[in-house]
Amino acid sequence: MNALTLIREFSLFRLKQSVILGVKSLWMHKLRSILTAMGIVFGVCSVIAMLAIGEGASYEAQQQIKDLGSQNIILESVKPTSKTAGGDQQRSTILEYGLTYKDISQIRATVPGVEVTIPSRDVKDFIWNEERNVDGAAVGTVPWFPEMRNRKVLEGRFFSELEMSMRAPVCVLSKSLARELFPLSEPIGDTVRIHTSYLRVIGVIDDDPAVAAANEESEGSGEKGDGMEMMIPISTLEDHFGEVLIKYRSGSFEAEKVELHDVTIRIDDPDRVMSASLAIRHILERNHKQVDYRMTVPLDLLRRAERTKQIFNIVLGSIAAISLLVGGIGIMNIMLATVTERTREIGIRRALGAKKKDIVIQFLIETVMLSGAGGLIGVALGLAIPITITHFANMVTIIEFWAPALAFTISVVTGVLFGIYPAFRAAGMNPVEALRHE
Amino acid sequence: MLRDAVVEPVIELRGVEKHYQMGDTLVKALHGIDLKILPGDYISILGPSGCGKSTMLNILGCLDQPTLGQYFLGGQDVSELSDDDLSQVRGKRLGFIFQSYNLIQQLTVVENIEVPLYYQGVSEKDSRELAVELAHKVGLGKRLDHRPTELSGGQQQRVAIARSLANDPPVILADEATGNLDSKSGGDILEIFDELNADGKTLILITHDEGMAMRTSRTIRLKDGEVAYDSYTEGQLV
Repeated sequence: MNALTLIREFSLFRLKQSVILGVKSLWMHKLRSILTAMGIVFGVCSVIAMLAIGEGASYEAQQQIKDLGSQNIILESVKPTSKTAGGDQQRSTILEYGLTYKDISQIRATVPGVEVTIPSRDVKDFIWNEERNVDGAAVGTVPWFPEMRNRKVLEGRFFSELEMSMRAPVCVLSKSLARELFPLSEPIGDTVRIHTSYLRVIGVIDDDPAVAAANEESEGSGEKGDGMEMMIPISTLEDHFGEVLIKYRSGSFEAEKVELHDVTIRIDDPDRVMSASLAIRHILERNHKQVDYRMTVPLDLLRRAERTKQIFNIVLGSIAAISLLVGGIGIMNIMLATVTERTREIGIRRALGAKKKDIVIQFLIETVMLSGAGGLIGVALGLAIPITITHFANMVTIIEFWAPALAFTISVVTGVLFGIYPAFRAAGMNPVEALRHE
Repeated sequence: MLRDAVVEPVIELRGVEKHYQMGDTLVKALHGIDLKILPGDYISILGPSGCGKSTMLNILGCLDQPTLGQYFLGGQDVSELSDDDLSQVRGKRLGFIFQSYNLIQQLTVVENIEVPLYYQGVSEKDSRELAVELAHKVGLGKRLDHRPTELSGGQQQRVAIARSLANDPPVILADEATGNLDSKSGGDILEIFDELNADGKTLILITHDEGMAMRTSRTIRLKDGEVAYDSYTEGQLV
């Protein structure tokens, strides 16, 4: 056995002894130790739990936005509110509003970087499979719709350019519509009816992510109608329904003329999305006297969500820092009381050969054990809370692997920082006076 | 004087003074103490309260340092040592026995005896063996895992004696060691002291009990911070 292993064994032994002694001292005042560690427990636990919940929430939000396509600009027609509805249409029974083919051709011609546009047009009516019917919508669109809007074709296929130019009577059902209309049978190859048109089902596409998320939250509440849509070639839609849409709604009827319901514009370069969105806004403002459209820029939303997350992280960081500070002050307070209470013991140890550094180490180990134990319990609770939330509240929570490690490290560091002063105060005592202390 | 010439003193004080600042006045607790203590001496230091007994104990026990003068412990001048070195000296060369036992409450009998060994870095196994042996020696072999609160005063003081012997120091300092004990337990403790002295330990008992002073081979009386009487030098003068 060489000198080095001797030293190591020796210091390991001393560490072990100090830890045993620390446990004994802390155990003597169980309640006090537990209450003191509690400050750290809650600090660490809240940091991990809040981080996991925040991370999960922002992940979900960002995922929804990303599903819209970060290079896309989405325009939608919106029925103007009665106040803003202009005088021209007042005499007519047909309400005319929304995006027009003129808007799109202007945007294509003038805005730099516009790569593809997806025009789409909706017809809201009942969709029938023999005797079953669902209140839904036929969406006239273009073959590249799924790719651009990040929608996955689950079964069969989407319609082709050929089918669009031939105005073929085909349709692709959304997942929820397929489930409603064909609960037991295979939809592909079958036909559905909307109004007086029969369409052959050639595929099933997944639900709109925003709608899917909304449906998931209200699961079991029986609300239907959202996401009940089928995609058909826009040319087919024009053939079958013309430009004027008449909807019958429980006795009354309304007629609308809408050229396009929905337009998605893809910009070739992500850096140009913001400037393109500004240009498009100007074109639309010039063409429309009233605001009968809505513009969504996913990239803008994404950036805003990221900023929100940053602010959230700063707030979270401050709360974490404050709670650990409070926990640390609690530890310091108790350790100062402990040092005073154990003045006699310190004197005895000094008389029996303990150096100042021995006393410092003894008290530091005690503080670190207190905060470390608090940190461990806090990590356990902090991991349990998000898991419970995910399990019962059906919320996405993300525990970053570094979060528990960081929180635990900070708790131990807090222990050391707030333990240093009491430990040095203990070591700095005059042995003679410490021995005389009652 | 023959003894001085042959034997190196274990403790030697040369003109030791200790001053305290109490508000505006300077209190001279000890002034000009010269003292030689030889290995194997069995000494009682007596004196009325306020005579400097406690200060003397603190200086002899290396818990405090003299303001003036020199203190040689085993031939080494310890009056100018650093705090760490003083701790080392206390742990290695001195044993302490206090009036109120001063055991550590959260530790068992064996663990209390081990404390001085721990600070000298004795290994876990050796330290446990030695502590158990010492506990047997003071008659507490059956109470190794008891806590101080479960022991009588006399038993506690015996634990303290075992603890003072842990590092086998040449000098043992006892401060009113029997002050809190009934005469029976006190007598037992004094018997242990006699045995220790017979084994060659230098014992210094600080006391105000004249009966205790009768037992020791040398008596020193302090008065107003000075040595008023020393049976050893008195004897020589006679």
